[in-house]
Amino acid sequence: MGIAGIVILTILILTSIITMIIIPIETFQEWNNPESWITYPKAAIPIWVNLFLTEKIPEHKILAEPNIETMFNDEINLTSYQFNVNFNYDQFPKDFIYSYLLEYSGSPLIQVSVIRPDGVKLELVSTSLPHSDLKTIHSDRMFSTDAMVKKELVLQEEKFEFEINELSVEDIVFSKTESNKPLKGNYVFLVDFYEINEESKIIDSKLIIGGKAFGIMGTDELRRDLAIGLLWGTPLALFIGLAVSIGSVVMGLVYGIYAGFKGKKTDETMMRFNDVLYALPALPFLIILSVTISNSIFVMTGFLMIFGWVGIAKVARSMSLQIKTRGYVEAATIMGQKDSKMILKHILPQLLPYAFASIAISVPAAITTEAGLSFLGLGDPSFPTWGQILHDANTFGAAARGLWWWIVPPGIMIAITGLAFVFIGNALDSIINPKLKR
Amino acid sequence: MPKIERNEKMTVSNNIISYFYQNTILSMKKYIATRTATMFGVLLITLLITILLVGSNMDTILKQGVVFQVRSEIIENPAIAESFSSVKDFEAFIQDQTDQRIKHLGLDEPWYSPQRIGLTMYKIVLLDFGQATFLTSDSGSSDVKDIIFEKLPKTILLFTSATVIISIIGIFVGALAASKVGSIVDRITSSFAIISSSFPVWWIGMLMIFLFAFTYQIFPARATPDIPATSPEYLGALLYHMALPLITIVMIGFGSWAYLVRNFMVGIMQEDFIVAKKTIGIKQSKITYTHALKNAAPPIITILALSLSGSLGGAIITEAVFDWPGMGRLYFEAITVMDLPVIIGATYILTVFFLVSIFIADLLYGYFDPRIRSSAGE
Repeated sequence: MGIAGIVILTILILTSIITMIIIPIETFQEWNNPESWITYPKAAIPIWVNLFLTEKIPEHKILAEPNIETMFNDEINLTSYQFNVNFNYDQFPKDFIYSYLLEYSGSPLIQVSVIRPDGVKLELVSTSLPHSDLKTIHSDRMFSTDAMVKKELVLQEEKFEFEINELSVEDIVFSKTESNKPLKGNYVFLVDFYEINEESKIIDSKLIIGGKAFGIMGTDELRRDLAIGLLWGTPLALFIGLAVSIGSVVMGLVYGIYAGFKGKKTDETMMRFNDVLYALPALPFLIILSVTISNSIFVMTGFLMIFGWVGIAKVARSMSLQIKTRGYVEAATIMGQKDSKMILKHILPQLLPYAFASIAISVPAAITTEAGLSFLGLGDPSFPTWGQILHDANTFGAAARGLWWWIVPPGIMIAITGLAFVFIGNALDSIINPKLKR
Repeated sequence: MPKIERNEKMTVSNNIISYFYQNTILSMKKYIATRTATMFGVLLITLLITILLVGSNMDTILKQGVVFQVRSEIIENPAIAESFSSVKDFEAFIQDQTDQRIKHLGLDEPWYSPQRIGLTMYKIVLLDFGQATFLTSDSGSSDVKDIIFEKLPKTILLFTSATVIISIIGIFVGALAASKVGSIVDRITSSFAIISSSFPVWWIGMLMIFLFAFTYQIFPARATPDIPATSPEYLGALLYHMALPLITIVMIGFGSWAYLVRNFMVGIMQEDFIVAKKTIGIKQSKITYTHALKNAAPPIITILALSLSGSLGGAIITEAVFDWPGMGRLYFEAITVMDLPVIIGATYILTVFFLVSIFIADLLYGYFDPRIRSSAGE
């Protein structure tokens, strides 16, 4: 069992390292910034679900590499951007968006149209940009929900054999002409810029076909790619778990050994203080502390350490008391050994196995407590953890809406990480405590 | 030395035992007294820490409350306003009234002064938590005490029933596993215990809501009944809504119980007296369920007492997931809107429960384990 634990832990550590290298931390810290996720779909199911379905759910596509053609005819300059979309799904997409960043002067004319697999060409947008004598940078987004797109389509309603007035734009554009069902095949979206001079330059151009499926882990209601959240949560969880447990075990050891070693009065007072801390209900206090002082992740780790060392100290103290009475320790005292040397050479080595086992066993509790606090909304917004993902899931009612991909993966990650350490801890425990080896 | 009644039926050993017993009753009393004193001390320290943390905010809120009170009184009685000739006089009057009241309530001292803190702690110990800033109870009262004592029974209802069910199932499964050490039953129990304790309860709660409220619509998604608390069908609705949280808590909880009971019992089963009973020929099940279990009773009862109170602590997150109208969710709401009086009051009550249960657990453990009893005077 211990081997299983080590294997899982190695996988987690590797994942953490790979994640930290591939996905820059700035992307991660933008987790709570809605602006950076605007091109992603809302609450999209993971892509691989389509493998199991007969009726395919449309995938979300972000196209940023169009084919560019330029034509020069007398004074008119035509730059044409072509986006190819392969649409093989059984449902209409949610919407589509064309966004661009253009540097221009004068008053260019933009025309957006789409050539469908059945050869029918539909005009979508025909508009000109505000006139400007000087070079100006203009960015805009055209949504399929814009009224002008709908108006343009209604003008071409004779191409369809059914009423298109009540339908939304994407339900029309992607529909067969005979009946209102999705038309599969290759679509070519054309964006043409007509202008009188050649000085305009497109800096950025993107076509987004809004789908309902995206990514390995789907997205949440705020359009965030859950895979990024889950991957980056791994190093965070490991950091929190290990920092808290190592910190509390070290503190507890030092406190307990010292108390046990000194004995009598010092021991009494130290243990009274320990009892007071032990009797404090942890969760309410953690909540109050995080609300009144700070919810930075480093401060929270500190708080978790404060509540963690108490149990360790008690055991360390009783073990230290026991060891103190052993023959060789008394002999060393008589021979005049310094206190510090006694602790370091005789008592501490005996406690090390227990310390390591405690570290392993404390990690799951630390991770779960931090997840619980984040779940309540008290986490650090600039370092999203798995608990925070679940907090958002709860806020947006994911459970009642059936958004399983938002709920299940974070919880499983928490459990697996905890389990890894439990296995390791149990294995360590049975090594140092032969009575349990049965 | 207390006089011992002599009785021909008493043997020598019985005399000695009753002598020690009466002696330890005295030490027990001393033990109880010391522990109560320590507990009370801890309670006060906890309270002190809480107040220190939220004190300055509380101060501002209380002062604002006084100003609000003065102004609303003036609005209700326009005659006061009309009796002033200039705006400056009027404002001075308001300020004067405010200052007077603040002095009267003792708020003019800085909040961290010993008088203030002492006063606050005194009031809280007497369960006077003042008025809530935002939250109100179902009956409309904004007295924090009313709010808390309205929600508290619901938490106790859910978690106590859950703990009782968990302990019963846990004890039986644990005993069963212990009697068949190393068998499939035993291994499944241990694995289940470890795995179920790795998953956070509240996450399983979300899963359960997803499965049983969304996919198969058996239970309601929110555990709060939609009908008002005063209508007669409320109790039935409450119990129906309680089903899903109860099942979830029990599912996660009995694993650890079974594991603990199993470990205790395995330790006991190897003791000599059990092996002796086996060789005499007493049936295995009788051994397991009577003799061994009785000896496992002290730690089991201790854990029962601790679980009953510990469940109140975890209640905060569990109730938040299920939206159960109890103390935990009240705490959560109070934190969300920063309703400080409620936060202080609720922390106090939770601490009291926690401390009392630790205390009772200590007592029970000492009572049931004769080895501890005899050294209770230390």
